[in-house]
Amino acid sequence: MTVTALLFASYAEALGSDRVEIALPGSTTVRDVVAHLRALPGGAVLPASPLVAVNLTYARPDQRVVSGDEIAIIPPVAGG
Amino acid sequence: MSVRTAIVRRAIDVDALLAEVGDTANGAIVLFLGRVREMNDGRAVSGIEYSAYGEMAERELAAIANECASAFGIAHLAIEHRLGMLALGDASIAIAVAHPHRAAAYEASRFVIEEVKRRVPIWKREGYVDGTSEWVNANGVPQPHAAPEHRT
Repeated sequence: MTVTALLFASYAEALGSDRVEIALPGSTTVRDVVAHLRALPGGAVLPASPLVAVNLTYARPDQRVVSGDEIAIIPPVAGG
Repeated sequence: MSVRTAIVRRAIDVDALLAEVGDTANGAIVLFLGRVREMNDGRAVSGIEYSAYGEMAERELAAIANECASAFGIAHLAIEHRLGMLALGDASIAIAVAHPHRAAAYEASRFVIEEVKRRVPIWKREGYVDGTSEWVNANGVPQPHAAPEHRT
């Protein structure tokens, strides 16, 4: 299955992209997606358990993801 | 009832926000502006570029407004957060909240800005007078509240 990971701000800069398509085996969690990203060049900047949103809602590391999900890795927010 | 939130890429029109919450049922309006400050952490700032996960930022901002409305009995609330390149003194966020009485208006205003800082996916890259720039709070620096309520 394939999911789309979105990267922002410092994370996008470190990995050189703001969007990564990831092919993973069927039974996959947020944690697996993060681990995949951390193994990419520049991915070491990601914490082991960053803030993650699945389809626009904050998610736990053990949340399952399914094909087509949009998984956003959220750097520490700095709005306001 | 008038509750409106927006992520914008233009200057915030404060008078327009005040007019939106101007219902005469309200004896108190609290207006909060967040602005680009000239110094941060001992460095002279030239400007800040704000970016966002736009779709989620819109949703979180709307959720905060609705939570605020129900928690504090607020019927008139307008919030705008600006993105893009902002200069010193520009407003990055404006929160206009009205209530019949001042105590609830002050509390509601504080609630909104604290929640925005905690959970709306917006980032800022600060530019300095010396020509350099840096992400603020970037690269794994721990946040005071790492966890919007969905995480443990």
